Order: sequence, then structure tokens, then C-alpha cells
Amino acid sequence: MFDDLRDLYQEVILDHGKNPRNFGKPENFNRMARGENPLCGDKINVYLSIGADGRVQDAHFDGRGCAISQASASLMTETLKGKTEAEAEALFGHFHDMCTKDDHEHTDHGPLDPEAVEKLDVLSGVREFPMRVKCATLAWHTMHAAIHGDDKTTTE
Amino acid sequence: MDTRILTNAPYDVDKVRQDFPILTRLVHEKPGRPGKPLVYLDNAASAQKPRAVIDAMAHFMAHDYSNVHRGVHYLSQVATNLYEATRVKTATFLNAPSPDTIVFTRSATEAFNLVASSWGGAHLKAGDEIILSVMEHHANIVPWQLLRSRTGIVIKVAPVLDDGTLDLDALADLLKSPKVKLVSITHGSNVLGTVTPAAEIARMAHAAGAKVLFDGSQAAVHMPVDVQAIDADFYIMTGHKLYGPTGFGVLYGKAEVLESMPPYQGGGDMIQTVTFEETTFREVPHRFEAGTPPIVEGIGFGAAIDYVTALGMDAIHAHEQRLLAYATEKLRAIPGLRLIGTSPTKAAILSFTIEGVHPHDIGTLVDRAGVAVRVGRHCAEPLMDRFGVGATARASFALYNTEAEADALVDAVRAVREFFN
Ligand SMILES: Cc1ncc(COP(=O)(O)O)c(C=O)c1O
Repeated sequence: MFDDLRDLYQEVILDHGKNPRNFGKPENFNRMARGENPLCGDKINVYLSIGADGRVQDAHFDGRGCAISQASASLMTETLKGKTEAEAEALFGHFHDMCTKDDHEHTDHGPLDPEAVEKLDVLSGVREFPMRVKCATLAWHTMHAAIHGDDKTTTE
Repeated sequence: MDTRILTNAPYDVDKVRQDFPILTRLVHEKPGRPGKPLVYLDNAASAQKPRAVIDAMAHFMAHDYSNVHRGVHYLSQVATNLYEATRVKTATFLNAPSPDTIVFTRSATEAFNLVASSWGGAHLKAGDEIILSVMEHHANIVPWQLLRSRTGIVIKVAPVLDDGTLDLDALADLLKSPKVKLVSITHGSNVLGTVTPAAEIARMAHAAGAKVLFDGSQAAVHMPVDVQAIDADFYIMTGHKLYGPTGFGVLYGKAEVLESMPPYQGGGDMIQTVTFEETTFREVPHRFEAGTPPIVEGIGFGAAIDYVTALGMDAIHAHEQRLLAYATEKLRAIPGLRLIGTSPTKAAILSFTIEGVHPHDIGTLVDRAGVAVRVGRHCAEPLMDRFGVGATARASFALYNTEAEADALVDAVRAVREFFN
């Protein structure tokens, strides 16, 4: 019945949605923000631990949401580790473009980690589902808020 | 609905469906891929329109259009008569004592804001209490909060029982306070489907010296309503859920209550004389209808009332109750599915969650099967908190839905479970 939804719900997404990585509030973190998508009521918290060298040492999240938002948050925490703030922001810029624009419309957000880009590519299917883009970007908006010290954000 | 007898006339849903052009369309069509027949179960958000409504609006614009209440010319009179005829139809539909008790607004939302601002502003002072219920739509919450920040009124909230029935004992307790001036409660929940015992609530409120307002945005679509039998002081409806156009709402108010209220918005049409020193206002209901009204929408709404009246609200109610019973039984049989709202008196609205699957994912998946449902918080966030869910999926049935469509929903929901397992 749902064959053509496999582009959106790839196996990796279903897996991360069901068994999110880096889930739960960590003992140590020094940046945190709460994100909310008022449309569907999804709420997540992102916890970052940023080292003296300015790199993300650890990233976690908790909260509830749909398979897309949980998988996106899970994949994000995996790709953030070791990134500088600027690299994390560049990845967010790329991810946002990937979810909302055709390839040729992407803008330059600075150097990107190709491994991370490849990993995040499983979420590119949301581009065909405009109503679900906010599910995929919620974690990233929240991460951005955490880095910039706003403790609350929303995707609206 | 309390007093009338259900008719036994056969209800020919296949024939009814032919009145709604949109119901024959396919969705998700792509080159090389046949579309899916539309199974429209998002009626609580907004209902589809019968040909009669579409034609009435088009015909009015093509033949009879003009501004209303203003001109001496021929068309102005024609348009005014047609527009005012909708007021008469609305009064009959609600069994209101007079068309003058019917105020037209642009939506249910505007009607709530009108009552809160005008009646609330004139009659409520700091410390006065109003009672809402936990299952209210935001349209019956936020206007009161805005009033609260202006005047210092106190908002109390009546709870619901676990099955989604209004907790009348708790309401009675809240009504013991001598400060309660208004009970503003839904007549039918857009999430739970619960139909509240309006006549009883009104009795309780009046015995406590409070006025009562019912949000009939949902209830009036699913069953006959008699505002005099339930003794409502205010009753609110919205046109687009009653198979009419968007941009049109109704506020019924008892004559003496409306008389006691100052204007809501200022502008043309609602005045008697205007000088820069002083303005006098027109009589009720025109006092509350500032500016050029939603004329075309009013014509469409009148046609919608004619349409449902011809089918019979009793017959519509009976048809939808059959669908409700059928769909409830089928959904209940799905493992891991939780129905939220199982009151013995309810309209054909089914909110549910599936263990391990987020409502948003349910919505996207069943949509691919052609089934349109709403997912999310349904503008009723406090209610989501009450039932400990972030969101639900909601299937809401209308006069044109069929058992086959309920089956399509159930099949799609079963497939969703398998997809995520
Ligand atoms: C119970 C209830 N009240 C009020 C409203 C508000 O109606 P509208 O948005 O048409 O003003 C709705 C519809 O969304 C509703 O379901």
C-alpha cells in the first residue's frame, strides 16, 4: 500500500526512529535548547557539550516526535560530534537546503564533512513532503539555538 | 435532538454523494500512476461543499450581486433580501425565536471574540469567574485569556472523565462559587466527539445565576439543535463545517442579552447617525455587523442550510451514528490502537493513537492510501495534556461518508502498523 513512501521512510530512518542514538539527557552538557513544532506538538531537547577547543564533544537529545523528527535528531547527534560550531552550522545550512531545495539551488555554507553529508542524505526524501520538512529540521533548529544560547526555539 | 424522533426514511448515501463534485476526484495522481479515490475523513476541520452551495454563490455573483443594506437601487434590494433570507433560515435551523437574535460573523472564532469583548467587556469585572471545559477549542480559550489580561477575570476549567464525558459533578462544584458569571462550553468536542448535555448544563448554570454559551461549531453539524429547548444564552456555529463556505459564522444570542451589549467593531452598516461628536448605533443584530458583510458567503451558507434541512438533520444524525458504531468497532479490533473519547453520547469523530507510531506518520501514510485525516493537536492543546498524548490522528465523518470509506480507513491503519513493525 505504501511502496512509494519508501523514499521518505527508508530503512535507516525507520531504524533511527525506533532506536534513536544518543537519546536521553546526559549527565554533562554545557549548551541546551528546547525545540517545539507547534503544528504537531513535537517537543525535543538538544544537549551539547562543547569543549575548550570549540568542538562538539558530545550531542544528545530527548523528547517525542514522529519517526522523521526522531530519526533526524538521532542522525544529527551522530554527525555533530567533533565538529566546530562553524562546521555544525554549515551542516545545518546544507541540511536545510537538502530538505527544501533542488540540488542546483543549494548555496555555499562553507566546508562540509562529506561523510556527514552522505549520512544525512537518507532524509532527502522529505523534500517531496513539504508538510514534513519541519519534522526533519526541528532538531537542527534546536541545535542552532543551543549553540547561540537561546534556550527555546520553534519551527514556526 | 432531545425531543425529536429519528425518521426511518432510507438514507441514500450514494445519491447524496453525487451532490458533492469533489468526491469523485482522485488524489496522488502522477503520470504512469493511477490516483486513489479520495476518502475524505477530515470533516471536523472543514466539510466539502455540495453543488447547491457552489451554484448558489456563483449564481449570486453572476446575477444578483450588489452590496447590501445600502442602496436604493434594484440589485441592492435583491441582494439584501437574499442575504437577510439566510438570517431567517439560520433562525429556523436553530429554532431561534426571531431572526433578530442571529448575528452574522466571519467565523466561529470571530463570534467568540465578539462575545468576550462586547458582553464580557460590559458585564465582567476583576474577580468574576467564567467556566470553560478542558476540551475547548482554542477559539473558546484564547479570547477569554485576552479579556482576562484586560479586566482580571478568573478562568476556571471543568474537567472530563476518562471516557471524555464532561464531569458534571466537577462542574456543579465550580458553580458553587457565587462569582461565576458565564459557563462557556462546547456542545460537541472536535477531538473527542463528546456531545455535552446542553440543556442540563444550561439548567445548572442558570440556577447558579450564570449565563451559558455553547460552541456548536461541531455539534450543529451532526444533529438537530434547538437553542430554545436547551435554553442557551449564546450559541455559536461556523459555516464551513456545515457544508457552507469559509468566512461565515453565526452567533445566536437571546434578545435581552444581545440588547445589553455594546458594539464590537465600529464602521459602516452598524450605525444610525454619525457626527464627529457622537454616533448612535443601529438595533440588534446589525449593531454587531460592522462594514460590508460576507455577502456571497452568506448566500452560500443559506444554501447549505437548505441542503441539510432537505436531507433532514435527524436523518443525517442517524446515518452518521451508524458510521460511528461501525468504524468504532472496526478500529477497536486493531491491536495497539487507543481510541481517545468514548463517551456514550458522541458525534462521528474518532481520535486515536497507535502504540509505537506517531500520529504524524499515521497521517502521511494513510494519505497515500487516499484517506484524508487530521493529525496533531486539533487546536485543543489542554485536552492533549489531559489524555497524556502529544497529538492524535482524527477521522471525522460527514453526511456523505460510507461504510466502505470506514473500511478504507481501517485497512490503511492496519497497514501503517505493519509498515512500522
Ligand atoms: C469546536 C470548535 N470550535 C471552534 C472552531 C473554530 O472555528 P473557525 O476556525 O471556523 O472559526 C472549531 C474549528 O476549527 C471547532 O472545531
